[in-house]
Amino acid sequence: MSEALKQPETTGNYEIIIAPSKGWLRINWREMWEYRDLLAILVRRDFLAKYKQTVLGPIWFVLQPLLTAVVMSIAFHKIGGMETGGLPSLLFNLCALLPWSYFSQNITTGAATFTANSHLFGKVYFPRLVVPAAAAISNLFALGLQLIVFLAFYAAYALHGSPIHMGFSSLLVIPLFIITGIFSLGVSLLIAASTAKYRDLAHLTPVLLQLWMFASPVFYPMKKITDHPTFTWLAWANPMAPIVEATRDLLLIGGKVSPEMPAMLGVSALASILALILGVVAFNRAERTVVDSV
Amino acid sequence: MTATHTSRPIIEIDSVSKRYRVGTLGPSSLKEAFRGMFPAGRKPAATQDFGARNGDLPGTFWSLRDVNLTVQRGEVVGLIGKNGAGKSTLLKLISRITEPTKGRITLRGRIASLLEVGTGFHPELTGRENIFLNGAILGMKRWEIQAKFDEIVEFSEVGNFLDTPVKRYSSGMFVRLAFAVAAHLEPEILLIDEVLAVGDAGFQQKCLGKVSEISERDGRTVFFVSHNLAAIRSLCTRAVLFEDGTVKVSGAPEDVISQYLASSLHSHDGVPGYLHWGGGDDAPGMEDLRLHSLTLKNAEGEISGIFDADAPIQIELRYRVVNPLRGARMLFSVFTAEGDLAMVLTDHELQKPILVPGNYCTRIKIPGGVLNRRAYSIAPSADAPGHRHLMLIGPHLPFTVAGPANHLSQFPERWPGIISPKVECTVETPEAKP
Repeated sequence: MSEALKQPETTGNYEIIIAPSKGWLRINWREMWEYRDLLAILVRRDFLAKYKQTVLGPIWFVLQPLLTAVVMSIAFHKIGGMETGGLPSLLFNLCALLPWSYFSQNITTGAATFTANSHLFGKVYFPRLVVPAAAAISNLFALGLQLIVFLAFYAAYALHGSPIHMGFSSLLVIPLFIITGIFSLGVSLLIAASTAKYRDLAHLTPVLLQLWMFASPVFYPMKKITDHPTFTWLAWANPMAPIVEATRDLLLIGGKVSPEMPAMLGVSALASILALILGVVAFNRAERTVVDSV
Repeated sequence: MTATHTSRPIIEIDSVSKRYRVGTLGPSSLKEAFRGMFPAGRKPAATQDFGARNGDLPGTFWSLRDVNLTVQRGEVVGLIGKNGAGKSTLLKLISRITEPTKGRITLRGRIASLLEVGTGFHPELTGRENIFLNGAILGMKRWEIQAKFDEIVEFSEVGNFLDTPVKRYSSGMFVRLAFAVAAHLEPEILLIDEVLAVGDAGFQQKCLGKVSEISERDGRTVFFVSHNLAAIRSLCTRAVLFEDGTVKVSGAPEDVISQYLASSLHSHDGVPGYLHWGGGDDAPGMEDLRLHSLTLKNAEGEISGIFDADAPIQIELRYRVVNPLRGARMLFSVFTAEGDLAMVLTDHELQKPILVPGNYCTRIKIPGGVLNRRAYSIAPSADAPGHRHLMLIGPHLPFTVAGPANHLSQFPERWPGIISPKVECTVETPEAKP
């Protein structure tokens, strides 16, 4: 055994103080960094464990949104007659579901952080924030797989002469996905913190997500909201609305966005940073004694 | 390392108290929570003092009250006390699982806690994947795990199953792998809660050896909660007795253990020589086995806590088998009041290979003329030898052996020794001159 192991480098000025916390902002970033290996391993675990003992394996990550896109394009577009601006309805939905399923996956896993890990949290200490952060990162892999499937469909439709095209501007979806990740992590942390003691919100979360999905232009174009006499405000109040619409603009029509889109996306970015700050603060406050009540 | 630094205690616990809520959370607790948010609505006297054991707020109690303790580098501290005395709560606070309600704890070193082996093991992942996962959860860096990987695998003895999901492991293999990871942590402070009492006897010995290696060779600080008084005695440099959430005594293990056993003799509520738990789900034991009662009877068949040294002691243990057990046996450890293990009795030969669920009773008679006249305690436990523990050494039932002992001295002195068996003795004397 090496000398370095016997005398960990932390010896000396290392001091931890455990006391009832009063402040709201007491987040130990250095400690989060110390646990980066745990973050990496949890990301791997989340990804691996999800499809173990399934026949289709990682295909499940893409099958779910694909089936949703098929069902919705039948319901909304074939039966409901919703216009897509000349775009193939399957592609229209599949594209919007990229940021949306990433968002809803993050909310679902993040909101259950305390309840799903109560056993672990009751036995060992590590910065709890690692768990939802790892989930948000491992969901990114699912997003990547979904993107590959989307591109395959895109290629098939393009070969059949559909009026779709991409450009260099399509790469701007990457910052959009990052904003989505930040926003959904923030919201899920807020939900997790509020469900630590009272579970009521946990029952509401799936309903809330569904409502949110239909309030966002996932299966219909943004125009339907902005042109609507009473719902125009929804386009500005819902940070996910411009993200979903802009993803479609960038990936299907070569980045031709509406004039107010940049401003709307700015609002989304600001809202996501605010949500993350609030979420982290509330989560940190809740995590310290959460094991006493879960 | 400077001298000023090493002289500072590695753990300082300063008037720490912890309040818990009892019962479930519901609409009424929400009302309480809202009331608590507005200081005007709160009774000012309520938070001033702890008052009785039942907490100051309705539906709460103090699990720890005003605990002060300092631990120096390299000490091995054993925490003892009855269930609910606050030992585990203290470990939870030190390991940062939850926060104290009052007071503060200062830690001057990297800490790792082993409140349960296998924490964070994922059943679907392989043994190899779980070594990395569990190690990281316990606070190891990836390179540390990699550096020790072979050592961990060797210690765990599961080498052939490294790429099998751990859900296919036997419980023995699972525990061995889990302990192997934990044993290779290299923290400056190690917290252990009863985890040593897992696996079969051979593996347990290996675990105890590892702990003494950690403390003696590497000079690490160990905090150790156990009901196994013999382990506390042999491993610890200091023992701390907890009672009702406070530190009762702290000192040399022998002294503290004898005080613990003596206090359990006096504070032992109810009938001497009799302990009753009812065999319910909260009775001592594990999910497969629950104790009903432990009785000591004298030669006349009366329940008693005091026995004549020449007369037999009848031990009667009633227990409920919840799930079918294979190869189980009951064990009775007899300790002296100082915590020395006097002997272990078992019904191994008489137990059936498979115990079906139901109520059982094991009777063992200690013949007269074996024990010395002094205070003892008896503690039941159960295991499936070579496989696993079914019940750890838990509650102690104290008893006293008195009367003219069989060491052929009628003089009323304290006679040393753990046992005093009946011996044959002749004395040759020089023949008196006629």
